[in-house]
Amino acid sequence: MTAPSTSTASSTSVKELQSIASQVRRDIVRMVHACQSGHPGGSLGCTDYMVALYFHVLRHDPENFTMDGIGEDLFFLSNGHISPLFYSVLAHSGYFPLEELNTFRRLNSRLQGHPTTHEGLPGVRIASGSLGQGLSVAVGAALAKKLNGDPSLIYSLHGDGELQEGQVWEAAMAAAGKKVDNLISTVDWNGRQIDGDVDDVMPLGDLHAKWTAFGWEVMEMEGNDMASVLQGLEQAKGLTGKGKPVMILMRTEMGKGVDFMEGSHKWHGVAPNDAQLEAALKQLPETLGDY
Amino acid sequence: MTTYPVLDKKDTRSGFGEGLLEVGKQDDRVVALCADLTGSLKMDAFAKEFPDRFFQVGIAEANMMGMAAGMTIGGKIPYTGTFANFSTGRVYDQVRQSIAYSGKNVKICASHAGLTLGEDGATHQILEDIGLMRMLPGMAVVVPADFNQTKQATMALADHEGPVYLRFGRPKWPVFIPADMPFEIGKAQVLSEGTDVTLIACGHLVWKALEAAAELEKQGIHAEVINMHTIKPLDEEAVLASVGKTGCVVTCEEHNRYGGLGEAVAQVLTTHHGVPQEFVAVNDSFGESGTPEELLKKYGLDTPDVVAAARRAIKRK
Repeated sequence: MTAPSTSTASSTSVKELQSIASQVRRDIVRMVHACQSGHPGGSLGCTDYMVALYFHVLRHDPENFTMDGIGEDLFFLSNGHISPLFYSVLAHSGYFPLEELNTFRRLNSRLQGHPTTHEGLPGVRIASGSLGQGLSVAVGAALAKKLNGDPSLIYSLHGDGELQEGQVWEAAMAAAGKKVDNLISTVDWNGRQIDGDVDDVMPLGDLHAKWTAFGWEVMEMEGNDMASVLQGLEQAKGLTGKGKPVMILMRTEMGKGVDFMEGSHKWHGVAPNDAQLEAALKQLPETLGDY
Repeated sequence: MTTYPVLDKKDTRSGFGEGLLEVGKQDDRVVALCADLTGSLKMDAFAKEFPDRFFQVGIAEANMMGMAAGMTIGGKIPYTGTFANFSTGRVYDQVRQSIAYSGKNVKICASHAGLTLGEDGATHQILEDIGLMRMLPGMAVVVPADFNQTKQATMALADHEGPVYLRFGRPKWPVFIPADMPFEIGKAQVLSEGTDVTLIACGHLVWKALEAAAELEKQGIHAEVINMHTIKPLDEEAVLASVGKTGCVVTCEEHNRYGGLGEAVAQVLTTHHGVPQEFVAVNDSFGESGTPEELLKKYGLDTPDVVAAARRAIKRK
């Protein structure tokens, strides 16, 4: 009997990850519904990536969270408004109790509207919400890893609309200029932002060419297909350590998994009502148990 | 009164440069970032001695603040260096979210603050930075008086856990603080004791306050001079102990009268011990080109202005 092939191993893994993703998507719509505020659209679109990252890719120690994360891979969420997704993934990973998802956006909660270190929530290493700041932080953390001789990797996630912020391009320049090759950044390339399609609000132009011109190793990935996400992240890891930062342009659908939230920017920051919650949950099987 | 001989004339930014090099030797967690002003900030010596721990980030201050915040994750103690204007107003949201709200141990070191930047004019002479930084929860604000104290303060920042704004300047200025005078963040220094009026000053104006105290002494007025090198956390005990004796105050700062040292002191007085206060500060205006001394005179921050303010304060008792 030969050892299981790689494809067998990853297909099992894909199924498990899809199952987690379904539960995380349920958490997202339930959290946003419960407090009648928050951002379901981008959260649902990035779910597959975040689940793959936290349950398959990251080398991390959720039970023993430390701010410095020495010897661990670190993740920075720059588009902090997709906090429901971040919180659900952190809770399921074991950073804090699942029940705490009930407190999302409530008074005295560690689960603030946008992620923060200020309330001491394990798993969060920087406040985000005001857009465009996360890449700079990720570059700094990656340089600290290098100074410490720590071979772990830094991951970061950014919205595509967020790329309209000038600071992102300052950071892009710095990452390439300082040869930050232990950094894998991902852009959620869903083409939508609060006011409409990105192309209508302020076109980003040829993103692939822009990041390439800034000195990054650029790849594209289908972000709502778990197998593609796993393969893409694996490929990205293979590109690290070669003198350049790595950018994944990740095609996603805002609102993915809830049919009436897909195909529009309108669910960027709107909470479902009771009937919409029911309709959404019917499309998202409860796989791990609701919080 | 206690007198302080002028030991030398040196710029406070050079005190920062020497302090940074020294603290870099003592603590290998110290890293420095600079936005294309290495020469102006006197960071060359650190950059030469520790090339691996020095990060030239170019003219991109917003990114520098974010990178500094990120470098604390992993245990580094980043010192950022650029002009005061570009350390505060230009990057306020980055400092607010990525550093202050995130509770990051970043030392924001700001040179060329205030009118004494001189000829470059109002675009660069920020007079609002103390107020901006004071308003951020958890941010300490340190404004040392001379070269020696700026060196001491720069080194002391490394032992202070949490974000700090360190403000210093461009011109050569009297060095009068003895190099061995103990320095502690948040602990004011009574440079000279008196009974008639309290002069509370920070930064370059501490020297002006001492000059004013000498002039007042000739007029038979005994002024107490306090070097309030830390605006936040403010040494409230020192303020109250002094006004308990003197019964009136003059605050002196190279800053807009709104938001700075004067308002910080006024808050203590109105809460605990209301006494007359006069403000030697820029009267809600921008600066302009000129030499440092010309500008201090024109904008009412010179020695005679402190003397006149002291006499007004005493009259109001």
